[in-house]
Amino acid sequence: MSAPSLAVGDRPVAKTCPPITRTTLALYCGASGDHNPMHVDLDFARAAGFEDVFAHGMLVMAYLGQALTDAVPPERLRAFSTRFVAITALGDEIRCEGEVVEILEGDRERLARLVLTARDQAGREKLVGEALVAV
Amino acid sequence: MLDASAVGHASTPVEAAVEPGRLRAFLDAIGETSPVYRDPAAAAAAGFRGLPVPPTYLFCLEMMDAADPFELLGDLGIDLSTILHGEQSFAYHAPAVVGDRLRFASRVVSVTEKKGGALVLVGVETAVTTDAGLPIADCARTIVVRNGRPR
Repeated sequence: MSAPSLAVGDRPVAKTCPPITRTTLALYCGASGDHNPMHVDLDFARAAGFEDVFAHGMLVMAYLGQALTDAVPPERLRAFSTRFVAITALGDEIRCEGEVVEILEGDRERLARLVLTARDQAGREKLVGEALVAV
Repeated sequence: MLDASAVGHASTPVEAAVEPGRLRAFLDAIGETSPVYRDPAAAAAAGFRGLPVPPTYLFCLEMMDAADPFELLGDLGIDLSTILHGEQSFAYHAPAVVGDRLRFASRVVSVTEKKGGALVLVGVETAVTTDAGLPIADCARTIVVRNGRPR
């Protein structure tokens, strides 16, 4: 793919993921190698003081990464970071969005800096992040 | 006790293989359908030397192939039921593709108390290289430990 033409104010990242089910978490547990029982074992989650299991933060970051590389060619991605702002619950439907906020002159190439968010169906922030994409 | 003396602690380096079947299982689990990750022709057209991994998969590979994926937590005396993921970042140097053998070297870079010790933030950095030593990515994560220590 050729270099994406991105300008400040563009909002190229926009994707809504399916609601998170127990099956989603079980499959992600196995496929990601993250076997922390907090995300699949109700007894363990309750003993730790939670009402129920909750999503792996990295599952939601994977959704955000998916939304990102739907919008920009993956070979152009130079950096990707997130802060996990709140726990993502069962049933949550994650909406991923991203806006270009800056064009930077890097050492070897021009970079677009995007601010990314993952929110639930009520608009509550779950992840807030950034990406650098070569343009 | 979890304190700044943990800074510098390194876990056993992990060698991990990027295997096609495991990668497909991950793509299925996250609902990723883009041909660039599944169709060798689409990957080649994008300039990759093989099927690339999606942006967060490096985090998974280290856990998948570690003898004990929670070794670092165990070394620091951190109970799995007390942790949350605070932050995660990836700085990519070169794409990792199916068939690669990667090396993951992780070490603790910071231990910071918050809220009078009710929370402890542990920073871990991971250098990812090929088995030939070429840099693939630098990853960083912050682990939030709840009630890491009595107030």
